[in-house]
Amino acid sequence: MDGKIEFAFIMDHLREEREQGITIDTAHTFFHTEKRAYIIIDAPGHVEFVKNMLTGASQAEAALLIVDANEGVGKQTRRHANLVSMLGLTQIIVVINKMDIVNYEEIYFNRLKEEVHKFLNSVNLDPDFYIPISALKGDNVARHSENMKWYKSMTVLESLDSLVNEVPPEDKGLIFPIQDVYKISGKRIAVGRIEAGTLYSGMEVRILPGGGRTTVKSIEKFNESTDNAVAGESIGVMTNDPVFLERGNVLCSEEKELAIDDKISSSLIWLSKKAFTKGEKIGLRLATQETKVDISEIKERIDSSSLKILEKNASSIDNLEIGEVEIKTKKPLVFTKFNAVKEMGRFVLVRGNDVVAGGIIT
Amino acid sequence: MDHLDKLENNSIYIIREAYNQFQKVASLWSIGKDSTTLLHLIRKAFLGEVPFPVVHIDTSYKFKEIYKFRDEYTKKWNLKLIVHRNEEAIANGMGPNKAKLECCTQLKTNALKDAINKYGFRALYLGIRRDEHGIRAKERVFSPRDEDFEWDYKNQPPELWDQYKSKAKEEEHLRVHPLLGWTELDIWEYIKREEIPVVGLYFAKNGKRFRSIGCQPCVSPVESNADTLDKIIQELKETDVSERSGRAQDKESDYMMQKLRALGYM
Repeated sequence: MDGKIEFAFIMDHLREEREQGITIDTAHTFFHTEKRAYIIIDAPGHVEFVKNMLTGASQAEAALLIVDANEGVGKQTRRHANLVSMLGLTQIIVVINKMDIVNYEEIYFNRLKEEVHKFLNSVNLDPDFYIPISALKGDNVARHSENMKWYKSMTVLESLDSLVNEVPPEDKGLIFPIQDVYKISGKRIAVGRIEAGTLYSGMEVRILPGGGRTTVKSIEKFNESTDNAVAGESIGVMTNDPVFLERGNVLCSEEKELAIDDKISSSLIWLSKKAFTKGEKIGLRLATQETKVDISEIKERIDSSSLKILEKNASSIDNLEIGEVEIKTKKPLVFTKFNAVKEMGRFVLVRGNDVVAGGIIT
Repeated sequence: MDHLDKLENNSIYIIREAYNQFQKVASLWSIGKDSTTLLHLIRKAFLGEVPFPVVHIDTSYKFKEIYKFRDEYTKKWNLKLIVHRNEEAIANGMGPNKAKLECCTQLKTNALKDAINKYGFRALYLGIRRDEHGIRAKERVFSPRDEDFEWDYKNQPPELWDQYKSKAKEEEHLRVHPLLGWTELDIWEYIKREEIPVVGLYFAKNGKRFRSIGCQPCVSPVESNADTLDKIIQELKETDVSERSGRAQDKESDYMMQKLRALGYM
């Protein structure tokens, strides 16, 4: 390899991956620029491992879509872009790789850029950058390329530094799903993570789905005394009245951001080799809520790569298919639409002990 | 909220989630910097107390400083400590002078297996991090081990958002990894911020310090003059020597960690 390191060799640590030259599962690698620290989650491209790709992508704040200058937009690129769109990632950088193979010619880049752009727009993605690179030779990765003087915009590293960090939605109404209730030296403390807004002592809150009211007496943290806490913080809460709280309850402010219903409409991706067939009862988990559900209607069954509708009013959803569905829950669910507060608008379906689908509320 | 706050809040969420799901849990404590940081986070998650046992898998080959530190903080933090050893293998002379894979398997993996069976734990907290080793970079936050203790790394469950694999079957246990997303530098910056005590071996003496501690015969120190937390943090920002470079396990062969971990090694 004349002194060069194959990137795949850094990320692919399983013997099977190195021997077969494929990535099986996501790997995380860490680096930092002067601006901030990064974690690269290398997501496998192979169709067998889409659940691993989704596991990686669901933790990401931005996506780098790598398209081979030689091959263009393939089936897997399409599938990944569709899933990225569904997961609500909006910061996208498209990298056109292997420019060295096409002699660094601008015409190839422009042609491919147009093709990719058209496709991504069709799935509601609007990339921030298109960058021609050769990962092997380092062109436009960390340094501007001598071989592509026609390209004047950012390198990959510069484009990464221009992205913005996701911030938890502090400016919205309070959403505090209760994770557990601890009894510590005679005190009952409800713990959880604030998903939106601010919580402060003395605040009047509603308890969903029941609708009762109470007042926050104190915020409990170890060795720390504080009167308010914001979205993203894992805290404990004591209330003034001895109200009954349990996992799955959601404390919220008066704002009408949360819906309570036993019916939701959703797009979901099926991630199990064993298909779903209507009539099967499965579990749904949203934030800390858990309930049995019935998928009452499968309006469309869609190919996750071509986005072609395979069947309307279907009776099953197979592995890697997208379903546009109506779900009936056994217990009322507290939620928002995915585009309002995504932490409260996304869920997984669980069969036995296993996560078998991920979905968003539409 | 800064970078360390985010990491802390996420780890506390994971710790509370696993306790809610499994109740019968324990935390593995090697007395190293990562599992000690994890213990600190567990104390934070449960507002000062650790509501489950802390398990030290003792190979009998640990540094004396490690044993001293363990006993001191077990008292200070009021821990329910379980020390578990593969006494039979130790009595039969198992040691690192024999094959290293065999020694790790018998004194660590098998001792751990035995402890899980004896106490019936359904989930174990471990302080591993993705940036430590390429194999650990592949891990999930909730990672199942089957009845033979094996890690099926080719078929891991999906983990979307903060919804983790739930309720292990009776015959398996789950490994819970609250520090997976932390780096070595994050750990040290957090240790400094939170004033978490660590074993003295990490600080340089006579031009050498330990980046990673464990069994005395199988770790060696690195060249370093970092004798304070600030100097360690500065060193890590500049070094290109890997954290586990002093670890014999990582040197044996390229895939030794994969083999060890597939068998249930920590």
